[in-house]
Amino acid sequence: MNRLSTFNIVSLTLGFAFLYIPMLILVIYSFNESKLVTVWAGFSTKWYGELLQNEAMIDAAWVTVKVAFLSSSLATILGTMAAYVMVRRGRFFGRTLFSGMIYAPLVMPEVITGLSLLLLFIAIGLDRGVLTIVLAHTTFAMCYVSVVVSSRLISFDDSLEEAALDLGATQWEAFRLVTLPIIAPAVISGWLLAFTLSLDDLVIASFTSGPSATTLPIKIFSSVRLGVSPEINALSTIIIAIVTVGVLTASIISKRQITRRLQEEAAA
Amino acid sequence: MRRLLVGIPYLWLLVLFLVPFGIVAKISLSDVAIAIPPYTPTLDLSGGWSAIRAYFAELDFENFAFLASDDLYWKAYLSSLKIAAISTFLTLLVGFPMAYAMARAPAAWRPALLMLVILPFWTSFLIRVYAWIGILSTEGFLNQFLLWIGVINEPLTILNTNLAVYIGIVYTYLPFMILPIYSTLEKMDGSLLEAAEDLGCSRAQAFWLITVPLARPGIIAGSFLVFIPTLGEFVIPSLLGGSGTLMIGKVLWEEFFNNRDWPVASAVAIILLLILIIPIVLFQKNQQRQAEAEK
Repeated sequence: MNRLSTFNIVSLTLGFAFLYIPMLILVIYSFNESKLVTVWAGFSTKWYGELLQNEAMIDAAWVTVKVAFLSSSLATILGTMAAYVMVRRGRFFGRTLFSGMIYAPLVMPEVITGLSLLLLFIAIGLDRGVLTIVLAHTTFAMCYVSVVVSSRLISFDDSLEEAALDLGATQWEAFRLVTLPIIAPAVISGWLLAFTLSLDDLVIASFTSGPSATTLPIKIFSSVRLGVSPEINALSTIIIAIVTVGVLTASIISKRQITRRLQEEAAA
Repeated sequence: MRRLLVGIPYLWLLVLFLVPFGIVAKISLSDVAIAIPPYTPTLDLSGGWSAIRAYFAELDFENFAFLASDDLYWKAYLSSLKIAAISTFLTLLVGFPMAYAMARAPAAWRPALLMLVILPFWTSFLIRVYAWIGILSTEGFLNQFLLWIGVINEPLTILNTNLAVYIGIVYTYLPFMILPIYSTLEKMDGSLLEAAEDLGCSRAQAFWLITVPLARPGIIAGSFLVFIPTLGEFVIPSLLGGSGTLMIGKVLWEEFFNNRDWPVASAVAIILLLILIIPIVLFQKNQQRQAEAEK
């Protein structure tokens, strides 16, 4: 069964061509001399130069990274707490409502999440800016983190924690010294997921941002609406490069850790 | 300690998730007004009990009656459902053969193939949609290519039509279809197919009688993972679709940002949620059934 039939090879080739050719075109044409994005006029890196001169774009990029860093860190703390409570703490008052509130944002259309949060911020008189985007992103990202972390919590034995408690650890010590190291990979992937979701979000940020804080997706969207531009191609290429390097590094590190663990287990 | 552990995330979600919905529901029952904020009534607690009673007396279902009477909204809901259903089906057509081939590939290749499917998912959604503008426009790469090989004599109009929206959705949501189908097919025992063929099934029969039923939970999960978010999609119809592309996410956005009609935008949101409840509940049931089957 391990030899691929022609049909399978064809569907894989076509499928991956479909997934990657559009991005490849984007990358190639970011080095195009011409302002006309669909006509090749020679190699040039001038659009990257112009991008770096574009202060509004740089400001937006800075706001985006700041928002993503703050909201993913907050979301990781809150999401890990939520996952721990759901998996390890059994019954408590209002548990059904709590689990509903964790899963609902995952399937909620972004336009509704954005609209409802904006109406809340207006109702309580909170000025829209970096803070409101961070609050909004933390709220939906913590739900993703809690799903990732709870799947890891479910899969390991809670007798390890009980042993620590029996041996005199406090609950906090048991969590910090036993549970946290075991769930750490899931917490890190949760943080990465939250970070990317925040970097990527256009709809919720558009609702919850004010004139004082524009994020990169908002900036890209308003310029893309007017058509294709070589500067946006250059920006896209930079983003694609960062993501590719990041994802590959993360997967190589995690693969190494798995091999090391398997070796240690084999040795023991 | 324990109270804090439960209390902090609980309170966060109450304030930033549940309360906002209450506000949306309330504003959907209000009337639009030229004021800041642009709706009436607003609650004035200093007026005491009678002010609160007057406040509730002013709430009504006028906006929902308006949505029901105006063709635009009916058509937008129906066309969102249609676009979501067609693009889910198209994603399945593209995604299933890929998932199947990945599950049949040598075990050593599978992690790399999985990586190739997941990588675009980490890349910006907006950029992936944007990439298609340059391909599908009248002077775009697809038209240039088709003119060059001589299939067409005139450039096709694809950008700003529903076809472009379908292509955009299939492209961006493909990983959500491939991954669940792959994970069911990967667990499939290959000897089942051999047994079926030994017992006289043709390859096609074995595929329909064994592979497809075994992959069903993955097919259902993948379809919902595409269908549910597509229904409220905003970015794809607004960048790739045209003026004729009616989708409810876009209508809500325009109602809110362009017409500044917050009460109608809120009512549109409430109806969209009510429509979403059915597929979400079905999806949950499918996931539970699958989890129980695996125990």
